[in-house]
Amino acid sequence: MNITDKQIINYLQSGFPVCEHPFAVISEKLGLTESELISRIQLLLDKGILSRFGPMFNVEKIGGMYSLVAMQVPVADMERVTAIINQHPQVAHNYERDHKFNIWFVVALEAGKKLSTLLETIEDQTGYLTYNMPKLDEYYVGLKFNA
Amino acid sequence: MPEILKNDGIDRLIIKSTQEGLPVTARPYHVIAERIGVDVCTVMQRINTMQEAGIIRRIGVVPNHYKLGYRANGMTVWDIVDERISELGQEVGELDFVSHCYRRPRHLPEWPYNLFAMVHGYNRNTTEQYIDYIREILGDAVRSYDVLYSTRLLKKSGLRI
Repeated sequence: MNITDKQIINYLQSGFPVCEHPFAVISEKLGLTESELISRIQLLLDKGILSRFGPMFNVEKIGGMYSLVAMQVPVADMERVTAIINQHPQVAHNYERDHKFNIWFVVALEAGKKLSTLLETIEDQTGYLTYNMPKLDEYYVGLKFNA
Repeated sequence: MPEILKNDGIDRLIIKSTQEGLPVTARPYHVIAERIGVDVCTVMQRINTMQEAGIIRRIGVVPNHYKLGYRANGMTVWDIVDERISELGQEVGELDFVSHCYRRPRHLPEWPYNLFAMVHGYNRNTTEQYIDYIREILGDAVRSYDVLYSTRLLKKSGLRI
């Protein structure tokens, strides 16, 4: 990753225009050509340095919900349990952490879909309890990652 | 369903067709318009409206912070006296090394923590300094705390609805 890639990442964390040639608008500001910017973004996605490019949705505004769910799973059973959890498309991300509570995943649910149904399914399939920790309050966050 | 998504299903189609991301091509909104069979002006208008309504938080990139060198990503969790959590949560959320800060329910007795703050540093040493700083801010409102470092990313995908 070179300095140009870093500029692209830092710049595009704060917004992307809605117009007919949005990459042309950004590329001008970064001193690149439109096609150069496009191919660099594609490469950063291909390399996994960017995990997403596009709109970030807030499902809560359209009647859906998020939650954070924790589980305590014996190390020997991690692979099986992870595979079960990850196969559910509502699971947006999932981290292993070094704690007694070692699995932490985020669920995003569409309007009208019940979290309890999903968690019961996961408990039935895995044989372990789920600990539901939905957010009760959200505090101001300002961080952007520096590339 | 909220008023804004009742409109002839176009918003929903836009959401569905962009949840994997926006096409990385010169005229991405035209591609979306073609996919769902409406004109590009409608697509752009609806996206602007959804942005104003907060349905779209923003459009842009999400970096994989591990690949940017943030290797020590600690989920710090704190047991804070309920009366002070709003005030203190706000203060912690404003720190520039904290990416998310939420109040969440306790699960007693196993899980006493009600404040969660994600702290990101290039190495453990830096992250631990950040955590000490938070601890000072929280002062005697903290009954106990813990730090859970991520050891493996098991899944990361876009939102599916």
